Amino acid sequence: MSVRRDGGAVRKAFSAPLASVFVIAVTVLWTVPTLGLLVTSLRPKRDVTADGWWNALLHPDLGLDNYHTVLFEGGSGVSTGLMPFLVNSLAISVPATLFPLALAAMAAYALAWVRFRGSDTLFFLVFALQVVPLQMALIPLLQLFSGGAHLGSLTLLPALDLKGTYAPVWLAHTMFALPLAIFLLHNFIAQLPRDLMEAAVVDGASHFKIFRSIVLPLCTPALASFAIFQFLWVWNDLLVALTFAGGTPEVAPMTVRLAQLSGSFGGRWELLTAGAFLSIVIPLAVFFALQRYFVRGLLAGSVKG
Amino acid sequence: MSLAAGAWGDAMVKFGNGLGAIAGFVGILLLVFLVAGRASGRIARPLAVLVLLGPALVLLLVGLVAPLVRTVYLSLYSDDSSRFVGGENFGWAFTTGSVREVLVNTLLWLVIAPLAATGLGLVLALLVDRMRGQAVYKSLIFMPMAISLVGASIIFKFVYESRDHSQRQIGLLSQLAIWLGWDDPPNWMLAQPLNTFLLMAVMVWVQTGFAMVVLSAAIKAIPDEVTEAARLDGAQGLRLFRHITVPMIRTTVVVVLTTVMITTLKAFDIVRTMTGGNFGTQVLANEMYSQSFVQFNTGRGSALAVILFLAVLPLVAYNILQLRKERAVR
Repeated sequence: MSVRRDGGAVRKAFSAPLASVFVIAVTVLWTVPTLGLLVTSLRPKRDVTADGWWNALLHPDLGLDNYHTVLFEGGSGVSTGLMPFLVNSLAISVPATLFPLALAAMAAYALAWVRFRGSDTLFFLVFALQVVPLQMALIPLLQLFSGGAHLGSLTLLPALDLKGTYAPVWLAHTMFALPLAIFLLHNFIAQLPRDLMEAAVVDGASHFKIFRSIVLPLCTPALASFAIFQFLWVWNDLLVALTFAGGTPEVAPMTVRLAQLSGSFGGRWELLTAGAFLSIVIPLAVFFALQRYFVRGLLAGSVKG
Repeated sequence: MSLAAGAWGDAMVKFGNGLGAIAGFVGILLLVFLVAGRASGRIARPLAVLVLLGPALVLLLVGLVAPLVRTVYLSLYSDDSSRFVGGENFGWAFTTGSVREVLVNTLLWLVIAPLAATGLGLVLALLVDRMRGQAVYKSLIFMPMAISLVGASIIFKFVYESRDHSQRQIGLLSQLAIWLGWDDPPNWMLAQPLNTFLLMAVMVWVQTGFAMVVLSAAIKAIPDEVTEAARLDGAQGLRLFRHITVPMIRTTVVVVLTTVMITTLKAFDIVRTMTGGNFGTQVLANEMYSQSFVQFNTGRGSALAVILFLAVLPLVAYNILQLRKERAVR
């Protein structure tokens, strides 16, 4: 199994010390901005306005005060802290990951193993829906949520009074995630061993039983990859949240609030950096802890949007 | 402390909502499965299809297919959707000076950011794999990919922060400029057309790691026999790179390039967070958002959405077909 595959010769062509210097320089360049954010978020206000964060590396005077302020108090004309928004981010992201995951797994199983006339065509249509950018759906969907659907004077769907709840954001994220999720999970589920499935059918198991006791357990890696990808996508999303949650502390997530603050916090860099770091610390933790799944999910999902 | 206590109380209620929704969702699914699973005979199969596939199809129909048609329809109507105007909104997009600037900026983004990210990613992919501790370098360069574009924008807004030259600089870029002997560097975000390129740098910062990881995997997948044979034929160094490596990974390079292009076209977060689209930095995705949801010009906003759709369509189509082909081979 251990075939050496490192394209050694190609790389030898570049094996000058210069190459290492270049990579190290890029790595430093790529890391320093985030480091600056972290250091600034830990410095007292007067230091942040006095000089650049790099001075703190020589004379460190660091503490967590800014985090307490930005979480619970707000500051400079901003009445609430970030805490409610951080909570919103979690309360949006977890359901908006689980809903599409479950619905897509069910759909993918039906398309792959409960064959019926037109199932291939249907799969291709779902697959093709990946080309639709989010932007194409925003206005009509918002109109639907706030005004219902009408055909002439006939009401197809009444106006749903969902304002001030998470439901529109959950729904929108679930809808937008489905084409990619169904496609990815279908690829995986379709490759499960046929013998296993047929044996279960012979034993008299219903499709629901097969789905729960065979398909789901065997698909855990694919489900995990997609779950991580979707969680980060939702956590980091601004467009859907801004459109469907608005900017209130009741439902808006961190990204929306930070985008607002980056204007109104003006010179309060010690607070803005602390807020920004709070919003990136969860994805970074997921990234470093689950890097392998993360990369797999990311590569698979790179066309989403 | 009461502030904190209030915040925690609020948090508990919200988590309760989230968990309640999840519990309700799972409960309903299990119940439906239980009931539908008892069906037998001729009805069992159609019922299974209906229950398993139905919810996803309804959501896709309501959330994507119908809106797609509706947006095209709205783009042909006036901004309050009361009057049919034909191609007027599209004419507006291509002839109004300010919107033309937006389209030009978008085109610049579309060409420069993906090329820079992919090019740099390719160079890094070639160089990093021989180095000791490559995993560390890869992780650190890839890390921005985990951060939201809003977070990345704030990080770079701080890097680009500029103060009057009577004060000490707190932005890294201004300070670097001063250290390099540029006494009075400009206010970066106001300096046109430089500011657009500085915003692109944020996208390159985020996407380079992605390009590097994907291309590095592609290079590793080149069979040893191929490079071995080429070497026996006398190919070395750059010749090997040009005639073996590049052709072998060409498809992957194009996929990476188009993927970054798609992200670039659709991203509005960077411009919105860093300049709000002012100072000549506006791009299509942000203009679409402003027209639709700030100025409530439904017709124009929809027209811009359609333009965006037509621009990404060939890129996404190419990518997903490529993805499908790759899977078929494996």
